[in-house]
Amino acid sequence: MEAENLQKIAKEVRKDIVRMIYQAGSGHPAGSLGMADLFTSLYFGILNHDPKNPNWEERDRLFLSNGHICPALYSVMAKSGYFPESELKNLRKLKSILQGHPERIKLPGIESTSGPLGEGLGQACGHALSGRMDEKHFRVYCITSDGEHNEGSHWESVMFAAKYDLSNLTLFVDRNEIQSDGPTEEIMPINPLKEKYQSFNWNVIEIDGHNFDEINGAVAKARVEYQKPTVIICNVTAGKGVSFMEGDYKWHAKGLTKEELDQALKELK
Amino acid sequence: MIVKEQKLTIKIFSKDIEEKPTREGFGEGIVEAAQKNTNIVALTADLKDSTRLTNFAEKFPERFFDVGVAEQALITIASGMANYGKIPFITSFAVFSPGRNWEQIRTTVCLNNVAVKIIGTHAGLNVGADGATHQALEDIALMRVLPNMTVISPCDSEEAKKATIEASKTKNPTYIRLTREKFPVITTLKSPFKIGKAEILWYTKSPLATIVATGPMVYEALKAAKELDKKGIEVLVINCHTIKPLDQSAILNAAKISGAVVTVEEHQTIGGLGSAVSEILSQNFPFPIEFVGVKDSFGESGTKDELFKKHKLTKEEIIEAVKAVIVRRSS
Repeated sequence: MEAENLQKIAKEVRKDIVRMIYQAGSGHPAGSLGMADLFTSLYFGILNHDPKNPNWEERDRLFLSNGHICPALYSVMAKSGYFPESELKNLRKLKSILQGHPERIKLPGIESTSGPLGEGLGQACGHALSGRMDEKHFRVYCITSDGEHNEGSHWESVMFAAKYDLSNLTLFVDRNEIQSDGPTEEIMPINPLKEKYQSFNWNVIEIDGHNFDEINGAVAKARVEYQKPTVIICNVTAGKGVSFMEGDYKWHAKGLTKEELDQALKELK
Repeated sequence: MIVKEQKLTIKIFSKDIEEKPTREGFGEGIVEAAQKNTNIVALTADLKDSTRLTNFAEKFPERFFDVGVAEQALITIASGMANYGKIPFITSFAVFSPGRNWEQIRTTVCLNNVAVKIIGTHAGLNVGADGATHQALEDIALMRVLPNMTVISPCDSEEAKKATIEASKTKNPTYIRLTREKFPVITTLKSPFKIGKAEILWYTKSPLATIVATGPMVYEALKAAKELDKKGIEVLVINCHTIKPLDQSAILNAAKISGAVVTVEEHQTIGGLGSAVSEILSQNFPFPIEFVGVKDSFGESGTKDELFKKHKLTKEEIIEAVKAVIVRRSS
């Protein structure tokens, strides 16, 4: 899909995100808005998937490790046909398939239950390893947050992926530089992130996570790397598209008032 | 007397009864299961030999993975493999797995509901010299509180082998608790074993109490029953190898017949077998119950026998508990 069309979809995804979080009364807008472009690229181009057959054996797998940004995931899943868009209003409600943090058992198409941080990459590694054992050709993608890099368990899996040369695995880092309590480099610095992954024996690519051509280009490079796992560090703006949220950690986990929703939707027009 | 149908070893009360650590049974069981099912894989956190995966790793090198000293990744990687369709057995010492990685188990195994088989060796005081840090006494409690989890505590090496093979056939998250040290092998190849089914090993016509035991303490319970029988006190002994799902009907029936219960475990009585049994008794028939187990304390370095004596995990203590519960039952 052309970048222009992807941009249009991503804008609709951002509108979904603010609406859903407003209706739910709580949620994580900054991270979700920041990754809207990546999710759009994945579901409308990169992933080899079939929304009508979510358990298709040959599908590419996406493990969302930082499950709290699921509003972005739910929106692209609805828009690509996994479930009706009318479901989006039920985010975080009783009996909803759209749990506050994604649950595999409740929503077909979700590879894994997630939210507790530091757990997604390990599961993606297990899946990538199994696929390779059975000579499957699907790709495994995983999205992690930058704050999540504080978790020791994440680095355990980083070492595992390198040890077993999981080149069928591509990791995206949501590098929006905020976490719950403040800027990442204040709370617990993770820089130099690129060099860290390089020293852990990964193939490292750094991109502007809002640039569709850069996203697709990086994924293509990861696709032809067959000796190492690849990490794509996506530099993004937290709260992208909504001026009063952009770059502000206070919007990591916060619901919107009606006025804030109206203002956000106005800016996203 | 010993229930014939249980096909226990004929050497049951003789001094030359064979002794093996229950982790040996796991090592044998996983090789046997893996020969039949190519989906079985094994992962360890730098404890291949101690957790008895050496044979598996030699026979199936392409199905064996060492994650290093990383118990949290051990779980999440196994969860990903199970999610794909493999049947991962993951091994470490019980204090580390399921001790250190409890939340990973909760989220990625139980909430995901995938077939990861958690093997925790070196559970209990029998670990001995390594001391309190390495003696898992809380693992049953940690695992039985989790929805979807099956919890098995085999009484000997033979039963551990059967538990391993049977666990490999289910789709359920499963925890199997194993010992470092040798214990008498009381069951045989022909002894019945079904996950979730408690077995009456010692039967009498007019029991005054039921001893519900798990793990290697089952043998101590049998020795206690034999000695009590000599003195004219009849009891039942139940081997409760599956703590979750608990065989409620077997335990309630025995409790009804005997009117009193003693639970015996090499684990904290808080949250362990004792808690599990008292939960169902108090909801159905509030009979008197006594607990033999570790009482809200840590272990320490010492020999197995020294530690069992200090923490009152002996035949003699079981006998005292039976006497006490019978007095309570009658008063």
